[in-house]
Amino acid sequence: MKMLKLRPSEILSMLMGDPQADRVVPPTGFTARLTLFSAGVMAFLAVFAMALSMASGRLAQRWGDELARSATLRISAPQEQRAAQTEAALRVLETTTGVASARALTSEEQRALLTPWFGPDVPVDSLPIPQLIEITEDDQGYDAAGLRLRLSAEVPGAVLDDHTRWRRPLVNAASKLRLLGWLSIALIFAAMAAMITLAANAALAANAQVIAVLRLVGARDTYIAQAFVRRFTLRALAGALAGMALAMLAVALLPSAQDQASFLTGLSFAGWTWLSPLIIPLIAAVVAFVATQAAARKTLKGLR
Amino acid sequence: MIELDNVAYSYGGGELLSGITFGLQPGSFHFLTGPSGAGKTTFLKLCYGALIATSGEVRLFDQDVRSMTRDDVAMTRRRVGVVHQDVQFLDHLPLADNVALPLTVSGRGALDEAANLKELLNWVGLNHRADALPPELSGGERQRAALARAVIMSPDIILADEPTGNIDWEMSQRLLRLLVELNKMGKTIMIATHDLALIRAAKTQVQARVLRIANRQLQLAGADL
Ligand SMILES: Nc1ncnc2c1ncn2[C@@H]1O[C@H](COP(=O)(O)OP(=O)(O)OP(=O)(O)O)[C@@H](O)[C@H]1O
Ligand SMILES: [Mg+2]
Repeated sequence: MKMLKLRPSEILSMLMGDPQADRVVPPTGFTARLTLFSAGVMAFLAVFAMALSMASGRLAQRWGDELARSATLRISAPQEQRAAQTEAALRVLETTTGVASARALTSEEQRALLTPWFGPDVPVDSLPIPQLIEITEDDQGYDAAGLRLRLSAEVPGAVLDDHTRWRRPLVNAASKLRLLGWLSIALIFAAMAAMITLAANAALAANAQVIAVLRLVGARDTYIAQAFVRRFTLRALAGALAGMALAMLAVALLPSAQDQASFLTGLSFAGWTWLSPLIIPLIAAVVAFVATQAAARKTLKGLR
Repeated sequence: MIELDNVAYSYGGGELLSGITFGLQPGSFHFLTGPSGAGKTTFLKLCYGALIATSGEVRLFDQDVRSMTRDDVAMTRRRVGVVHQDVQFLDHLPLADNVALPLTVSGRGALDEAANLKELLNWVGLNHRADALPPELSGGERQRAALARAVIMSPDIILADEPTGNIDWEMSQRLLRLLVELNKMGKTIMIATHDLALIRAAKTQVQARVLRIANRQLQLAGADL
């Protein structure tokens, strides 16, 4: 309906308020407090859902990174067989489905890996150090058991080290959890919209006479709608701000993450993401604005 | 100003009004009578656009009521002052604010009109009740307040539905004088009433025409009353 479309300047002036227009609608103590309370609770829950989503997102990311890093094949063989077995292992890997690439580390790379333990001057070549082969999986991944079987037949000195693979289902779970968190946030806002619509409808019904009188003395629909929309928008904003502040305090007071991999202790915001809950009161205000606008429009439509 | 062309109206049952053709001339003074339930209030509602004719055409300030948007209707209400039969106010606001309500909702600051408002309240004899809430007012006080609210926007037309329904003879004389005064200032007036004595009294002060609703028709009553 065209008459209820608001321009940005009108939204601004509406939120600044017109004390005269404010007075034409009687104060509604109980509905006001209920709206404030519900918006606060919803914002509180939304902050937790957001923290959950972000924490599981970080977890999925970290574990995913570790997974993407290559697995290693270690070849411990007598010095004179090392080159041959490395050759054989690379041939096996090249024909294994699920292996994107396989590469024997050069002795410089091996030395760099060992430097932290033995210092820079160790003659790596003369030590009986196993040869390392870096394996990068493709998206499907390879069948570790099958690969081990083939290797044991053809390269007796090869040991496949794929300790990060067990995390694959956990990464999936963490990603799903993140999705669930965002879904919860969406549902929380939907519930808040429903609640504010109910409250606005109740307030509009309770003020049916006020609305009829305003209409009779020549008030335009926008004027009447604004009187209600402004109230509910500001209430939702205030309630959500309070709920968000309390929830952020609660999140901040949670024990901090000791073990990086532990999910529960990681339930918090990190760095700049501490700012992200600020969007919750804004969304609450927008939701209240739209919901009340729709409720007012519906009420006014039944009145000439 | 208001024109009805072969208008009929029904609330859903049989036709309450039918084949009504009528034009309201600027500066005229009309009474509208008829038995209770004849359709006086309905006729007035058709005149100020609160009801839409079931057939025929109603034009308000040369605009077809049927084609009016909701904002057009609101704007029209600022140009037609109506005293409703069942007057309603905003019960949480004092009388003075209620009388100034049309100014408030049309964005004309009541502050600029404070002097006018005081004068108007004086004129309807309600200055001493300016701070009272509507539920605290007597029936007569409510009707005078309704008249004050109807004229505060200085409308071209004033439609009053039983404005003297609740009040004694002296007070209705006073109210009539207010309406006659408005008519002398150039306003177009139409009053629905049962009160024949009031009509007779008015005829000594102003050239009033009497319309009667009978048998679903609008008739011009004879000069003899
Ligand atoms: N909203 C409505 N729905 C259905 N019928 C209605 C409605 N309003 C009025 N009526 C009926 O229409 C008829 C005319 O009503 P109206 O109020 O116009 O009469 P009136 O001439 O003003 O009567 P009164 O002198 O008692 O005020 C009545 O029979 C009334 O019952
Ligand atoms: Mg009536």
